[in-house]
Parts: sequence; C-alpha cells; structure tokens
Amino acid sequence: MTIGLGHYLAVGAILFTVGILGIFLNRKNIIVILMSIELILLAVNINLVAFSTFLGDIVGQVFALLVLTVAAAEAAIGLAVLVVYFRNRGSIAVEDVNLMKG
Amino acid sequence: MIQAIVFLPLIGAILAGLISIFGAHARNPSGDTVEHHDDAHGADAHAADAHDDHAAGDHDDHHAVEPAAAGSRAAEVITTGLLLIGAGLSWFVFVDVGFMHHDYRIALFPWIQSGDLQVAWSLRVDTLTAVMLVVVNTVSSLVHLYSIGYMDEDPYRPRFFAYLSLFTFAMLMLVTSDNLVQLFFGWEGVGLASYLLIGFWYQKPAAYAAAIKAFVVNRIGDFGFSLGIFSVFALIGSTDFETIFAGAPGLTAKTIDFFGWHPNALTLTCLLLFMGAMGKSAQFLLHTWLPDAMEGPTPVSALIHAATMVTAGVFMLARLSPLFELAPDAQAVVMFFGATTAFFAATIGLVQNDIKRIVAYSTCSQLGYMFVAMGAGAYSVGIFHLFTHAFFKALLFLGSGSVIYAMHHEQDIRNMGGLWRKIPFTFFVMCIGTMALTGVPFFAGYFSKDAIIESAFVSHNPLAFYGFLMTVIAAGLTAFYSWRLVFKTFFGEPHDQEHYEAAHEAPLTMLIPIGILAAGSILSGFPFKELFAGPGVDEFFRESLKMHPHIISDMEGIPEWIKLLPTAMMVIGVYVSYVFYIRRPYLPVELARQHQMLYQFLLNKWYFDELYDFLFVRPTKRIGYFLWKVGDGTIIDGLGPDGISARVLDVTRNVVRLQTGYLYHYAFAMLIGVAGLITYFMFSVGGQ
Repeated sequence: MTIGLGHYLAVGAILFTVGILGIFLNRKNIIVILMSIELILLAVNINLVAFSTFLGDIVGQVFALLVLTVAAAEAAIGLAVLVVYFRNRGSIAVEDVNLMKG
Repeated sequence: MIQAIVFLPLIGAILAGLISIFGAHARNPSGDTVEHHDDAHGADAHAADAHDDHAAGDHDDHHAVEPAAAGSRAAEVITTGLLLIGAGLSWFVFVDVGFMHHDYRIALFPWIQSGDLQVAWSLRVDTLTAVMLVVVNTVSSLVHLYSIGYMDEDPYRPRFFAYLSLFTFAMLMLVTSDNLVQLFFGWEGVGLASYLLIGFWYQKPAAYAAAIKAFVVNRIGDFGFSLGIFSVFALIGSTDFETIFAGAPGLTAKTIDFFGWHPNALTLTCLLLFMGAMGKSAQFLLHTWLPDAMEGPTPVSALIHAATMVTAGVFMLARLSPLFELAPDAQAVVMFFGATTAFFAATIGLVQNDIKRIVAYSTCSQLGYMFVAMGAGAYSVGIFHLFTHAFFKALLFLGSGSVIYAMHHEQDIRNMGGLWRKIPFTFFVMCIGTMALTGVPFFAGYFSKDAIIESAFVSHNPLAFYGFLMTVIAAGLTAFYSWRLVFKTFFGEPHDQEHYEAAHEAPLTMLIPIGILAAGSILSGFPFKELFAGPGVDEFFRESLKMHPHIISDMEGIPEWIKLLPTAMMVIGVYVSYVFYIRRPYLPVELARQHQMLYQFLLNKWYFDELYDFLFVRPTKRIGYFLWKVGDGTIIDGLGPDGISARVLDVTRNVVRLQTGYLYHYAFAMLIGVAGLITYFMFSVGGQ
C-alpha cells in the first residue's frame, strides 16, 4: 500500500478534530487547551507539508516552518499567561476561568 | 403731553425696578435664595446703605427686622415725583379735552400687521379717557405718596413702587387705547400688576394663594373678553374703535351660526365682552377674588382693588357703549348682574369683621351700581359714580390702612373701638368717606348714587325695576355696614387695651393723601353733577359715549319720592346701625343667635367659595390627579420611555446569559461561525 496524499490529509484531519474536541470536551485544565491548539497547528502543518510534497512547491514547507515558529511563540506566551494566572487566582481549572462575561 | 402722562409711570417703574434688582444683588451677591433672618447678610447690607434713614431697626413690633434695600428712598421719590407730574398734566388734559373740546388722537407706531388685522399703538384721549386719566393718576399719585409712609418698615420698597408704577402705566395704556387689542394689552397688564401686588408679601401663604386666585378668576373673564374681541374682528374686520362703531349699526339683525344655534351676533359679542368686565370688575359669580385680594398691602387695595383696576370693566362698557346700545338683551344681562352684585355684596358686607373686607365688599357692591347704570344706558352716570367712588373708596381704604397702621396690623374690627380719641384725623376723614359712600346729601356719593338709582327707575331695560329695587335696598344696607364699621372702630369701649394704648396717628406722608382724597370725596360730587348726570352730558362727553337717547331728560322728570327714597333708605340704615352698635350693642348678637342659619350664610359669603370648591376646584384636582397618575404615569410613561427601557432590559437580560465566560463556549461559537462562513462561501461564492 502506497501512502498517498489522502492518508496524510486523513491524519491531519484526525489531529485537527482531536484538537477541536480537546478544546470542547476538556473540563479540567487550561494546559490541555493549549496542547489542543498545538495539535490543531500540527494538523495544519501536516497538511501544508503534504501538499508541498505532492505539488512540488517548496513554499508550503517554508510556511510550515513559519507556523512552527508562531506555535512556539504562542506556547511560550500562553504558558507565561497561565503561570501568572495561576499565581493570581490559584487555579487553572477550566470551570474556574469564567471572568470573560458582561 | 399725553405721551408724558402715559409713559412717565413706565419710566418710574423701570428705574425703581432697576434699583430693586441691583439692591437685591447687593444684598445677596451669590444669587442664592434670600435668607430672611441671616444676621451676617443683614449687617452687610446695612453697612452698604448707611445713608438710608429708614432702616427698620427702630420698630420693635415688626416681624422681620431687615434693613431696607439700598436706594429705597430714591425709588420712592422717583416714582412718586413722576406720578405727581402725571397727575398734574392729567388735570390739565381734563380741562383741555372736557371743556375746550380738544380731543387727541396720537399714533405712536404700528404693532401688528397680519393680513386684515392691522393694529397700531395709539393714544386716544376724549372726555371719557380724560376722566379716567384724572382718576387713575390722581389716586395713583396719592397712593404712591401714602405708601412712602405705610410701607416704611418693608425692606422691599423699590419692588413695591416699581409694581405700583407698572400698574399705573398699564392702566393708562388701557384707558388711552384706540383699539381693542391695545385695550386688552392694558387689561392684562393691570391683571399682572394686580397679581404681583396682591402677592407682594409672598412669604405669606394666604397672600400668594389670593394672588393666584385673582389671576385665575380673571382668566375666566379674559377668556370671554378675548372671544368677544375675536368675534368683533370676525364681524367687522377691524379692532379700531372708530371702525367698530361705524360698522356696528349694520349688524343688528345679523346672527352667528354656532353649531346650529343662531344667537344675535351683537348680543353674543356684547355678552362675551361683558364677561371680561365681570371678571375684572368682580361682578356676581366672578367676584370671589376681590375680597381675597385684600391680602395685599392696603395702598394696593385702595389703588387697584377700589379706585382703578376694578373699574376697568365699567370703563370698557362705557367705551363700547355704541355696541351695547344696539344690544338691548345684553344690556338686560348687564343690569341683572349689576343689580345682583350690588345687593349680594352688600348683604355679605353686613356681617364681615375684617375692616378691609367690609370695604372690599362695599367696592363690589358699588361696582354693581355702576353696571346698573351701564345696563340702563346711562353711561355717563356710571362713569360719574366711578369718578366719585374712586375718591371716597380710596379714602376709605387708605383710612382703613391708617387705622391698621395705628393698631399695628390689627384688622379685626371686633378688637378695635374708641379709636376716635387716639386718631382723630383718621376718624374725621373716615367719616367723610363713609358719608360720601352712603350718600349723605351734598357729599359726592349722594349725587352719583342717586343718579344711578334714578336712571334705573326711568330705564327701558326689561329688568329696570329689578335694578331699581336692588339698588335701593343696597343703599340701605350700605349705610348700615358702613356706619357699623365706623361705630365699631371708633366708638364704644376699646376691646384690645394694649393696642389701643399704643395707637398713634400716622405720619404726614399718609395724612396728606387722605386729606386730599377727603376733599375730593366732597368736591367731586356737586361741581360735576351737571356734566355727568345732567343736561351738560352731551356737551361734555360728546362723541365718547353713546347714551340712551332720553334717559337724562327722563331723569329730570321723575317723581319726588323716588329722589328721596335712597336718602330715606340711608337714614334708616344709619339709624339701625346706630341702635345696633351704639345704643344696644347686645342686639346684633341676639339677632345673630336667633337667625343662626342666615348669619352663617352671610358670614360665609353665601358659600360661594365652598360652592366653587365643590363644583370646579375639586373636580379639576381629581381630573388632574387622574391624568397625572393614569394618563401620564401609567399610559405615557408605561408605554413610552419607561416601557421601552424595560423591554430593552428584558432583552439584554437574556442576551447576557449567552455570555458565560467559559473559554470553550467562545471557542465553540467561533468554530460554528467559521463553519458557517466556510459553508456559505462553498455554496455561494466558491461553489460556482
């Protein structure tokens, strides 16, 4: 069995769905949400790289590297915010993070 | 010269008003409400007007010890001086117009120009106006002079004098007007000044209540008056007197269509105009404001509520005599109301105890007399009574003011008595005024009042006999209550020893005016009899009045006993009064006890205030309360502003619930949004 574009896209789609579900179904921890976002970005990267390979266009891989950078930066900032938040409120449970309302 | 007469009081009013405004500013620079017992303020103002010799500190009996406003003396001198000049000029004009036959017609400047309606400010001086000028300016200047003494303890004198002069100006505008609109201007002007002056002591609830009452009752009359002016304009197309009088004879048969009812146009117009006169001259049904107006300072009562303003209605009828002569039905109504007022006010006067109220009801009654003359078509006779009445009634009021001043603002005649020893001059002039009022032979009232009764007797008015009867009875009642006032005030034993001991004669500024008025009460009768109520009428009044054709000549030929009847009634009234209050003082008490119902009926003024309260005031309040609570509160606010804001709140309360604050809800919403957008683009834009 040759591994074609469809398989890569399927893996990307599965990862994306897992990431989305991770955001919604997770009721415990904001770190999990951060991880889910990473998963979604990963899925996007797989798509980009797969298309790049199969279409013979290097730009997709360049863009994947860009996304990786952004993801790293985002993770760093997200974790930093989380640490500060924990210091301030003593909890990072998703249930407790509900201040963003009118 | 005419301009000077009319506008000098206005200048005085403006100057005194400025003094008053700047005085108030100096007294209270911050512009906050005036603190009447603030010592610090008082001391400041006192220092500021150290030149003022009338600071009130030396009168220990007065309620609010407050220094007079700065420049009070200047305001007094300016207004009084200008009025005295005006009075002098008025007498000159009176001679010039009345005897030299020089009528004046001065166009000042245009006022309203709107389509057919052309109204100009203009001054018309004929004999009728000249008589009024003399009355208004003489009494007004004397009252100004009197007020300098009477108001010497009041801290707001500049305001008082400004109002007095403003009133005089409005009254002069009224009497010199050449068209109905300018007449209405003066009419409302005197109403305003009357309101301001009745409510001059606005700290007293009774005073401002009386002021509002006077204003509101007058509005009812003015409503009719303005309708009358409108209908004159609708019928004739002009408000100028000359045009109206020229056009009126052609309208006698004309009717107005009023929802299928066809009243005679002239009769209806005259009745509407008379309604205005009823309000201003306090005739029966619209009289209730006049006695209450006595809450104002006494000089005001003398000037406005006895001598001048209340006679504006009489003047208006005389001015419009060419109209009324063409509407005999309207004249019958005038006669009816005049006669009823003359009788009814006299009956109330019998039992009142407030010295000013007695005189007020007497004024009301005498105004009724004047309207009887108007109804009889003897306009000059009515004006004659207006002329004499102005002197002796102003005298009675100022005399009463002098008594009140002497008694330290005591007004109840039951607490007086024996005062003639203490204030002999006041007693003397009050006697002259009373004799003039009651019609003692050769005093002023004797000529004018008897002429009215005679004119009622010979009149062709359908209600002439009613008018005659009522005025004759009222003559007796007048004699009774007038002498009752004198007897209870000046004779007998003093009832309030403390006030009696402290009673003192008023200062010279008060005694001079009442002295002059006392002279007027004697001299205004006989010398003018021929001119006002004799063969000299046509010669004297010429075009200014349109008399009933034969009335003056008929009055010459009436039986002797008719001429003697009013005098006989007067003698009876005086005798009964003498018996009741000098010989047998227990009699009136007995009588009141025996006829408790009648006594209470009269004492409560025929229960008119209660009746109006029941008929108009309370339903109005109920309607107002209903409209306030239901109309405004429930319907307008409920459906309008409050309702809309409540609905908006309802919506937002539900919308707020969507915003939970949980991250995953927001993320979900974003996802749904992204999915929706992608779907949309797939099927609409991208799907092609």
